[in-house]
Amino acid sequence: MKTTDTPPADTTGERPPVTKTAPAPAPQEKATGRTLNVFSHGFLILWAFMVAMPLLWAVMTSFKTDKEIFSSPWSLPDSLHFDNWSRAWTSANMSDYFLNTIIVVGFSLLGTMLLGSMAAYVLARFEFPGNRFIYFLFIGGMSFPIILALVPLFYVMQNLSLLNTLPGLILVYIGYSLPFTVFFMTSFFRTLPTSVAEAAFVDGASHTRTFFQVMLPMAKPGLISITIFNFLGQWNQYLLPTVLNTEPENKVLTQGLVQLAVSQGYKGDWSGLFAGLVMAMLPVLAAYIVFQRQVVQGLTAGALK
Amino acid sequence: MQHGKYRFIVGFLTAPLAIYGLFVIWPFIQSIYYSFTDWSGLSPEFKMVGFKNYTRLWDDDVFWKSLQHSVMLVVLLPLVTLTLALFFAFMLNVGGRRRKNAAIAGVRGSAFYKVVYFFPQVLSIAIVALLFQFAYNPNSGAINSFLKAIGLDSLQPDWLGDPDLALWCIFAVLVWCTVGFFVVLFSAGMASIPKDYYEAALLDGANRITTFFKITLPLLWDTVQSGWAYVGILALGAESFAVVQIMTVGPGGPDYSTTVLPLYVYQKAFRDGQAAYATTIGVALLLVTLLFVAVVMKLGRRERLEY
Repeated sequence: MKTTDTPPADTTGERPPVTKTAPAPAPQEKATGRTLNVFSHGFLILWAFMVAMPLLWAVMTSFKTDKEIFSSPWSLPDSLHFDNWSRAWTSANMSDYFLNTIIVVGFSLLGTMLLGSMAAYVLARFEFPGNRFIYFLFIGGMSFPIILALVPLFYVMQNLSLLNTLPGLILVYIGYSLPFTVFFMTSFFRTLPTSVAEAAFVDGASHTRTFFQVMLPMAKPGLISITIFNFLGQWNQYLLPTVLNTEPENKVLTQGLVQLAVSQGYKGDWSGLFAGLVMAMLPVLAAYIVFQRQVVQGLTAGALK
Repeated sequence: MQHGKYRFIVGFLTAPLAIYGLFVIWPFIQSIYYSFTDWSGLSPEFKMVGFKNYTRLWDDDVFWKSLQHSVMLVVLLPLVTLTLALFFAFMLNVGGRRRKNAAIAGVRGSAFYKVVYFFPQVLSIAIVALLFQFAYNPNSGAINSFLKAIGLDSLQPDWLGDPDLALWCIFAVLVWCTVGFFVVLFSAGMASIPKDYYEAALLDGANRITTFFKITLPLLWDTVQSGWAYVGILALGAESFAVVQIMTVGPGGPDYSTTVLPLYVYQKAFRDGQAAYATTIGVALLLVTLLFVAVVMKLGRRERLEY
């Protein structure tokens, strides 16, 4: 950032500070600001380019023929080969992978939110012996390496006949999503005023009813954030299904794609694989672009606590 | 609010605790126990062998390689990711042209940059790894053909096939997919720092680099610290497993040049049928993780600044 001595490249369009409230900067400071601007745009554009290019390259490649992919990786496709997409969707089982993912994420998201906010509510609002212990038991799960537990878990699942089944995977997703959900929702419930719940209770509502009809609606902003967080985490999950769900017809999207990469490698159907990749990528990116603000809030909320 | 309180507490805690206990806590406890047995995972029979797995670990070259790579990732990944993210976030927030009234200003189009930078965060690590596996392809991948197109025909590395380069390729992918999140996170933190602080400092003759180290970084330190812990855990855990397992030959190759601890646990347990030994490697990984968290807590402790 040592650009102080360089003369500014661009002097047009620069307005002097007009109001009196602004401190009049020294001319040298002004020059620094200008070169800094060029400099910072340069770096920011470079990184934006590096992030966007691989993604655009994948989209482009998914419309090419295999021959084009190998002979000219960076040129535009001669025509849009939509057959890559239909081939990936049907013969490469992408439709099944999507369906499995939707089932697993749907149920586990519901379960995580329900059980997670129930536990968090009790831990945040009620004094009882063991409260702290249970809270830290949940929190501790956030920093432990999951792979360590997966070795015995594999055999626990086998003994319960849950290995390679979708219900088994759903339960495991719930279990491993609980630590962060409980952590986040506990601190959220603590910020809510106690008077409303007390009033409801005085009016004769049971604890359970107070929770579902008064507290949960009040906790909506927190619930939205953590739902988005868990949705992306579970939708993109790779480690858990790779270990616990190896039955070919039960595979979820992420492992299905890796499977596809291996099998298409033998068949040489790279265009079909790229179509599958882009197919998996686009819905999430599209949803992100539409719900940008909520997604960013959901994912950064935990880090700012 | 005492009426039926305990019945309610038990009713609400039973289901979450049962699932969490059975699928998370119980396996963790078991895994430490299994590390002292000779269990293969294939048959239900096993016996206690004391510290035999641990002495075997001590003499296992692949373990030391995996440990070395995992330690490298946990030290360098947070450093590089957070430095880049702080740099970009600072550029977004103070790199702008001066506008009337403001001594510092964000760059134009900062919203656009933030949207693009965040893309990798919403994609699955599996998709990212597959994508880069093809980008690194030495013959027709995006990177080498790009190099060719700009006239660097002589520079056509083998990337993932080169034992000296493969781990750095993995590292680059991990940086690629984590920087954006922290740019957005830090940028939100920087935007909430009052502008007068910068104005006062600039008026007193401080340059922008000084304002970064004296104002921005101290006020942002809490966020940086939790980011540090987060990236480190990611570098030791599922993320590095996925990238190495999907992208590299072997996986973990060539010649064990990219193997990491979580991958080695996975291979010992589910490829080689040595479940007990796998949990021993896992215990080592647990110790590295706890050590890392302790270091972050210790080094990261600063006086908390209120503003």
